Order: sequence, then C-alpha cells, then structure tokens
Amino acid sequence: MSKSENIIELIDVKKVYDGDTVAVEKFNLQVKKGEFVTFLGPSGCGKTTTLRMIAGFELPTSGQILLNGEDISNLPPNKRPVNTVFQKYALFPHLNVYENIAFGLRLKKVEATFRNDAGDTYTKKIKLTKGEIDKKVKKALEIVDLEGFEKRSVSTLSGGQQQRIAIARAIVNEPEILLLDEPLGALDLKMRKEMQIELKNMHKRLGITFIYVTHDQEEALTMSDKIVVINDGDIQQIGTPTEIYNEPVNTFVADFIGESNIFNGTVVGKLKVKFCGATFDCLDDYEINQLVDVVVRPEDIKICPVGEGQLKGKVISSVFKGVHYEITVGIGKFEITIQSTQNAPVGGNIGMRIEPDGIHLMQKVYTVNKYDGVITRTNAVQFGDGEFECDVTQLYKGSHLDEEGYLITAQGEKIDLSGVAVNVEVDTHDILMTDEKEKGGAQGNIISMIYKGDHYRYIVRTEENEEDYVLSCPDLWNTGDLVGIIIPKDKIKLSLKPVEGDNVK
Amino acid sequence: MKKLRFNRSQLCIPYAVFLILFVIAPLVVILYYAFTNGEGQFTFKNFASFFSSTNTLGTLLESFALAIVTTIVCLLIAYPTAYILARSNFKKKYVLLLLFILPMWINFTLRITALKEVLSVIEGNISKYQFLNSVIGMTYDFLPFMILPLYTSLLKLDKSLLEAASDLGASKFTVFLRVTLPLSVPGIISGMTMVLLPSMTNYVVLDMLHNSTFIMGSLIGSYFNAYDWNNGSLISIVLLVIIFIVTLVTNRFSDEDSNSRGAVL
Repeated sequence: MSKSENIIELIDVKKVYDGDTVAVEKFNLQVKKGEFVTFLGPSGCGKTTTLRMIAGFELPTSGQILLNGEDISNLPPNKRPVNTVFQKYALFPHLNVYENIAFGLRLKKVEATFRNDAGDTYTKKIKLTKGEIDKKVKKALEIVDLEGFEKRSVSTLSGGQQQRIAIARAIVNEPEILLLDEPLGALDLKMRKEMQIELKNMHKRLGITFIYVTHDQEEALTMSDKIVVINDGDIQQIGTPTEIYNEPVNTFVADFIGESNIFNGTVVGKLKVKFCGATFDCLDDYEINQLVDVVVRPEDIKICPVGEGQLKGKVISSVFKGVHYEITVGIGKFEITIQSTQNAPVGGNIGMRIEPDGIHLMQKVYTVNKYDGVITRTNAVQFGDGEFECDVTQLYKGSHLDEEGYLITAQGEKIDLSGVAVNVEVDTHDILMTDEKEKGGAQGNIISMIYKGDHYRYIVRTEENEEDYVLSCPDLWNTGDLVGIIIPKDKIKLSLKPVEGDNVK
Repeated sequence: MKKLRFNRSQLCIPYAVFLILFVIAPLVVILYYAFTNGEGQFTFKNFASFFSSTNTLGTLLESFALAIVTTIVCLLIAYPTAYILARSNFKKKYVLLLLFILPMWINFTLRITALKEVLSVIEGNISKYQFLNSVIGMTYDFLPFMILPLYTSLLKLDKSLLEAASDLGASKFTVFLRVTLPLSVPGIISGMTMVLLPSMTNYVVLDMLHNSTFIMGSLIGSYFNAYDWNNGSLISIVLLVIIFIVTLVTNRFSDEDSNSRGAVL
C-alpha cells in the first residue's frame, strides 16, 4: 500500500489527561481516501478523544497524526482541512441559517491568478466573492434538503433540521475529511434511521472521507466501510462490518457487536471443540487441550427435533420480537439464547444444531491474574492495591512459622520475610466479590461484565493504581458497582522472585 | 381547626401595600410638588426655569457625561478581566473573582475617603482634576457590577461554539470577534445598565471628589436643604424620565437577544 493512498494516518498516538488518566494509547490507524470509517466503543473508551485529536481540539501527548503524509499533530484546528459535525450541533445562535453555513466560507481565502499592468501573472490569496458564497450555501442547503431556510433563525428549527444545518455548515467548506461526533445521538429512532441512510448517500455523492464516532453498534454496521472497535483506549479490532460481526477477535468485540452466546470451551481434537457438555466441529484450528472462548451468534443456532443436533435443552422463555422469536434454552446449568423464526413452546424440550461456521473460537485472554507482590510484616501479601492474608510457608518447601512470625525452613533456618518481593497468581475462579467493601483486601469498581452461559466474567479495577482483578462469578452484579475483593488464604499462589546477589536459597 | 388558605391574588396584597406606600405614594408627592409653586398652585414655572437655566442644564450634561465615561472605562477594564477569569483553567479563579468583589464589603464612604487621600498624594491638589477623579472614584465603586454580569455571560458561553468556529477556519482573534463578543452582548448590556444608572444619580462619590454644585444629586439636595421642594422635585422627575428612557432602550437590546438565545436551549 503506497503512502499517498492514506489520507490520514495515526501513528502510536497517545493521550494522557491531567498527567495520569490515559484516554488513548498505542492508537495506530490508516484511513484511505474516500472511506467511511467508524470509531465504535462504549462511552468513555477514547473514541471522541481520538476524533478531537484529528480535528485539532486536543493535542496528542505523543505520537503522530499524518494528513496526506504530512505531520499535522500540532496544527491548530483552523489550519486543518478537516471539518467537524458536533454532537450537539454547536450552531451559532446569533446567526441565521445562511450566516451559519457561510461562516467558514467568509473566512476562507483562495489562490487566484492576476495579471498586472506589465502583463506578468501573479497569485494572491483573496476572499470568496458574495456570489460564490451565495452559490455554495445554496448548494449545501440543497444537499441537506433544506432549500429556502436561509433566513430562518436556528432556534426555530427542529433537532433534525439543526443537524442538517450542522452538516451543511461542515461540508460547504469541502473538507478533505468530515468528522462526525455521534451526530445522530440526539434524534429519535425513526429520524436516526433516515439520517443514517442520508449520510451514507451523502458520503457516496461527495466522495469525502468520513470519520464517524458512535456507540451504537447497529449504526456502525449499517454505515461503515471500516469499523474500528475501541475499548478502554485500545483498538480491539479493525475490519469491515462483516468481518467484525462474523470474526470478532475477542469476547469484548463479540459481546459489543450484536448478540452473542459466549462459553468456555476446550479444544478436544483437530477442529473439534467441547462446550456445554457436547463436542462440535469447528473451523478454527487451535492446539489440543487449549482453553478457549466460544462465541455463537443466536441466529446460528438451529432448532431441530430432540435427538437430532448436538445439544438438547428445555425452553425457558420465548419472546416474539417482530421478525423472530428470542428463545432462551436451559442446557443443564448453561443458558443459551436462540433467534429463530420458528417458535418453540415454553417448557418443552428441543434439540439444537450449530454448524461449524457458526462457532467462533477465541484464545482466552484471562485465565490467571498475575501480580507483583510484597510480603508485609504480618506475613500477609500486598498486591493490586490491597493486602491479603496468605500462606507464606509455600515459598519454602517444608517450612513453618514460629510464634514470633519468622519463617523456619525445613533446614531450620530462620528467615524474616517482611519486604520480600514475590510473584502472585490467583485463578479467576478463586476471587470473590463482596458488598461489604471493608471486608475485602482491595476495593474496586466493576468495569466490565460478559455473560458466559453459566457465569459472568467480571473485571474489577481499583481506583488507586488501576489494578485489574479478573474473576468469574455466577451472580449478577452491575457495572460501576464498588465492591470489595476477597481471596481465600489458600488460593493465593506465591513464588519468590529471582533476586540476584541475595542470600535467598 | 380550619387551615389558612390564600389564593394568588390575596398573596400579592403585602407586595401591593409595599408598592403603594414606598413607590407610588412618593412618586405622586414628587409629581405634585414638581408642578406646583410654593403656594400649592399648579404651574409649569419650575419646568421652564430648569430648562432655561444654563446652570441646571450644565449640571445635567456634566452628570450625563460623567456617567457615560465611567461606564465606558468600566467596560474597558471589566471585559478583559472577566474574559480572563472565565477562560482561565486556574483552579483558584474564585479567589481572583473575590479580589474584585471584596472592596464591595467595605463601606464605600470609607473607600472613597481612602481613595481621596491616595489621589491627593499623587495629584497634589485634587480639585484640579475633578472630572478625572470622579471617573476614577465611580469606576472604583462600580467595577464589580460590570465584571459580574460579564463574567457570568462569558462563563456560560458554550465552548463547543468556539471549537466550531475555529474548526471552520477562524483564528483565535476571529473567534473572539465573531462568536465570543456577539454572544456576550447580554452581559455587556446588563453590566452597562448596572453602572450607568447608579453613576447618573451618584451623590456621595461626587460630593467628595467633585465640585458639588455641578452634580444632579447635590443640586436636588441643595434645593431640599433650602426647603424648595418644588424645584428639587422637578429635577428628580427629569432624572427619572432619563433613566426610564435608558432602561427602555437597553431592555429592548437584551430582550431581542434573550429571545434568540432562549429558544436554542
């Protein structure tokens, strides 16, 4: 791919607020001329920050933003050939529709060629004439379908109309890139659907590169050529809507885009995976015995008579959703959601079949939590912004503690452990959450939860140093809950860190 | 026990009483005196003598000029101050704001007396620069009334509008000229009203820093001291009419603006 093809390129862009809040990190992205790119992610994931860095409202802490191969990272917004459609329109209340749209044009200077008395030609930057501005404003109003609104005050327009004026105000300057920051967020559903199609058509007609920010996965799938899924300041996946939907790279993407059933599975043979107590053929090749996350879209599960298909279960509920029924089926302790045009009676038993192309395997990201810890005076261990009781005798085989708290090794050597650095490992199943925050060794907020058929996987993040605890729990909690972290004493696995030149044996 | 219940019109009785006692009645009395002579007979003579005397007309003009110059000086000082206060990310900006408001907590006669001493040290003979000193004194007195409304209107200015303007190609100066300034007009108007009106009728500051025979407040006072209620009342009426006109004009400005602004929200 040659460089000139990319209209904009972000290289290792990082943004840190107030010295310690990382909004965006290691952001690498290339956008081709004329593409419709969508930044998709939950709120607070850094997508708007990235957009604002492209617009020039925020400067990246480090990294480069290249426009047509030129570094524009530190240019002010008025020097960038980029225009923005703001989330809340940001129309100027003291100007009418015409003046709002003409705002950029009146400031624009174009190069024009003149001939002086001696007959030599020279170029000079001049302002657009009244007639030119007039023509352009008329055309922009035509594009957004609001002809004849020139004299109206912006305050008399409806939300949808204001949105169109905001778009007209941006595209009238013929920017190289149009940035749209959740532009349809404030519109009602029907209006939003209409504007989605209209924006898509506008993109085709104008040939301008669009960069679109949204948290609505359906909107992203409908409109984009390329979707960038972002979570927590990191790019999770870049791909076409089909790729993102059909081949999510991890459980976050799978869970965020569309509906998914996510299970823990084990690879049991060549292209064979076991989950929900049954073995399935699949298309993803993983090593035998590897633990994997299995993602199955609800529409990829077919209902068949009991006995046929790989699974059978009892229908727990069935809800009519217009085009399809959403059926929840219990298979032992697992729950699975099916979307089917065919209904199934609640309480009845059904069989289910999943074709190999409906099963997506992903490498498990988290199985064990690993931390750097330090043993305290009281033979507890400090890690992850917390302090936990632990069994320090596991550090030395056959050792025990004396009454004063010193460790006596099998050889009878006396060791003072306080301040010793250790590696800490805790299995995701061994961490518990509690409402009584003080009871926990550490406290944090639940920042993510994903349903995995028979349990939820949570990530709890502490406030102080943003340490993460990944844990599995069958109970339902809410994201944002402040919880205490409890780890049973015998579930904390400790090992000594290799220390050079120390007398640790 | 029966509960006491009032309807809306009953609730406004105390206010109406207050209004009649302290606003309507004095006005009627002033109007009566302004158009009567010492014997209580209806006359336009007070009216005619006010507008035919160069002394009274000169005083009126001088007061008006003083008020306008003070207002302009206040605006010129207050706008940049309010702008910097509203724009700065400085976390302790309320402390800065307090520094401007703090003098209001001190009795103003005391403040002006202190100012008079400072001025006489600088100027030697303060009676040489009466106009200048009066402007300084009133600016000192009324500056907070200009800063506060400006600060509020600049503070509530939607930041995304400024971003939108610079996104559309406006330099920082153009953003100020084409967006910030027009959108702060309501603040400018209310600040100007709040300075212009009291400085037109100001009495104490001018009494201490100005030749007192040339100001409206003192003129009224001197008539009243001589028990000439009629001429004093007439000057009050003239002032009242001027203030009424000024208020009418400024209200029209801010009304237009609040209409177009309010509907956006």
